[in-house]
Amino acid sequence: MAYAEDAGGGGACPGCVALPEIARRAEEARRAEGQQVQLSLPTIHCAACISGVERGLMQMPGVNDVRVNLTRKRATVHVADGIDPDALVRHLGRLGFEAMPLDGATLSAGENDRAARDLLMRLGVSGFAMMNVMLLSVAVWSGATDATRDLFHWLSAAIAIPTVLFAGQPFFRSAAAALGARRLNMDVPISLAILLATGVSLSETILSGKHAYFDAAISLTFFLLAGRFLDQKMRGTARSAAAELAALEAPLALRIGGEGTETVRLEEVAVGDLLLVRPGAKVPVDGVVTQGTSELDRAFLTGETDPVAVGEGETLRAGEVNLTGPLTMRATAVGEDTLLHGLADLVAVAEEAKSRYNSIANRASRIYSPLVHIMALAGFVTWMSATGDFRTSMMIAVSLLIITCPCALGLAVPAVSTVASGKLFRLGMLVKHGTALERLSEVSHVVFDKTGTLTLGRPALVGPDGLPRETLALAAALAAGSDHPRSRAIAAAAELRDLPKVRVTDIRETPGYGVEGLWQGRRVRLGRAAWVGAEGSGTVLSVEGEAPVALEFEDVLRPGAAKLVAALKAKGVPVTLLSGDAEAPVRALADELGIEDWQAAMLPGEKAEAIDGLTAGGARVLMVGDGLNDVGALAAAHVSIAPASALEATRVAADMVLVAGDLGNVAEAMRIARVAQRRIKENFAAAALYNVVCVPIAFMGFASPLAAAIAMSTSSIVVSVNALRTR
Amino acid sequence: MDVLAILIPVSLGLGLLGLGAFWWTLRSKQYDDPDGDRHRILSDDYDDQPKR
Repeated sequence: MAYAEDAGGGGACPGCVALPEIARRAEEARRAEGQQVQLSLPTIHCAACISGVERGLMQMPGVNDVRVNLTRKRATVHVADGIDPDALVRHLGRLGFEAMPLDGATLSAGENDRAARDLLMRLGVSGFAMMNVMLLSVAVWSGATDATRDLFHWLSAAIAIPTVLFAGQPFFRSAAAALGARRLNMDVPISLAILLATGVSLSETILSGKHAYFDAAISLTFFLLAGRFLDQKMRGTARSAAAELAALEAPLALRIGGEGTETVRLEEVAVGDLLLVRPGAKVPVDGVVTQGTSELDRAFLTGETDPVAVGEGETLRAGEVNLTGPLTMRATAVGEDTLLHGLADLVAVAEEAKSRYNSIANRASRIYSPLVHIMALAGFVTWMSATGDFRTSMMIAVSLLIITCPCALGLAVPAVSTVASGKLFRLGMLVKHGTALERLSEVSHVVFDKTGTLTLGRPALVGPDGLPRETLALAAALAAGSDHPRSRAIAAAAELRDLPKVRVTDIRETPGYGVEGLWQGRRVRLGRAAWVGAEGSGTVLSVEGEAPVALEFEDVLRPGAAKLVAALKAKGVPVTLLSGDAEAPVRALADELGIEDWQAAMLPGEKAEAIDGLTAGGARVLMVGDGLNDVGALAAAHVSIAPASALEATRVAADMVLVAGDLGNVAEAMRIARVAQRRIKENFAAAALYNVVCVPIAFMGFASPLAAAIAMSTSSIVVSVNALRTR
Repeated sequence: MDVLAILIPVSLGLGLLGLGAFWWTLRSKQYDDPDGDRHRILSDDYDDQPKR
């Protein structure tokens, strides 16, 4: 199909099609220097999508160059100055590709990329050196003697020494840092083994000895670098995805200046500036309303589902969502001073606590590192006292260091984590914290927030079929002109039903109150009870001369929420619901999902205290929440998950971000975390077993370079293959 | 054993050639989009705008 189009539209050969295109682009590039725009393309997945996006955008005037990156699901577009990114998004929308502009300033993956490339280069160099030194070593092992063996050893030295000095740097640097702080980490024995093995081999070569361990030193470097690279790659992916989430909501504000409004970045907003907050937009900074009335969605801050009415003189908090009417506000606190940023301290405390978490890898290395040194020293001392031969004793010490060196251990954790994180990534979960997966595997109690977590924070009309058909039709006709979430809920309910046509004229929306219109010459109003002229609160529809009808709303359940709660209960994991919302809606939801343990109207501090209480009772708590009122609880919990719809501050506090809409994946994630943990332990057991077998052999002096090479490769392959069994 | 004088430089040279090629692919950022490259090779479009 694509081929036929090409042949018909252009020339017969690719070059003929390309030539005029190149000329056009060159000309355009001359005309305008242009700027670079980054677009997020969450739905692309195939070759046709790549060419669809690239060709589609190239057709637009002003677009100089497009390059799609399928791995990151992103497009980099070079456009002429003055082209609006939103125009590109709309164009792609018409072509059927969902696209969102990304804030280039937030998106700086450069540092990360450089680190990964640096490791890959070292890995490549050590791989090359390992192959060549092995080739030379095979000749020695198969019986080369005298001058030939010396020549081969010298050649190996010439390759190995520069390689070790270059490729081993990550380990040397980390070991030096650890020793500087008077600690021992995994990299100390690694560096020692690499350097000692190279040094002893060099002296053996000079003395034309029989054994040289150049191949062992290099393959050690190579295998450990592979583990390091996997680790870096996995963290890089999560970090870049998290950065993309942040870049999706460009921190912009609409400032009212001398000549109309201008879009400015948040950092440029100063206290006292007048800002315009359009309906549907988030309040950018803390401030006071100077003009306009509207309703606010405070769910992020308090967990309430019901919108709150605001008018002149009332306070706005950064993060609230304006629902109905445009508001003009004066900024009273910006940047660091906003309530939102006040939470950053909480997050910092949580990070601190989590960095103190003692991961299994940490515990293993704490036992292991001293053991390696002691063993090598013991070997050296024993042989020294038995034979008095420094050269032999040194060789024994080096072979012990090589054999016990945590080659398999260095791969055991990263290989499993990489496989598990990749699985979670495909399920739509980003693992942001290094030890989050391990902490997730230990969870014994799950706590949920309600609004925005178990529910979508979006209202739905209760019992639309219980209402008279005409009433619903009338409400839908009024609601059609409004963007208020409740209006949209009414319209959505009406759309599913075959309702009589009603004609309402003169529809007018009063922001913050409701919608009114004329129907058969009578005044009809849909809105807040007090405004409509009815008793009570909530949303009411009134027709002049008739009794007003109250409309009830409830929050829509997030897909997978019921499944997740059921799955947790089936596994016997206690579930608790902590909400800042009023009692009635919380009770209703708890009953629907079958959660017996729930608490309503909780303040943010109380949520965190409740978590602390559970933790003190011995539970390892998983907190799932999205609101700013959950940040304290997320930080206090053993491990935490926030949906991607949460505010940036909340996502930063959480250990994992759920990008997929389906909450049911959390249960699957817990299962994968448990399996991964089991694999890590198996890997450790395999490594320990291997040491138990090999250490005595090395101690007795039977570990020739050939035996060391075989043992090391085998154990590395065993742990890597075991890691792949994580599913 | 004289043949070693030829064989060793040749094998090292070939290895270095591979290392050089790897270095070049790394420098020209060919590992930035493995998924995309996997699909692009099947595309009918002439890729006349390789990433710069």
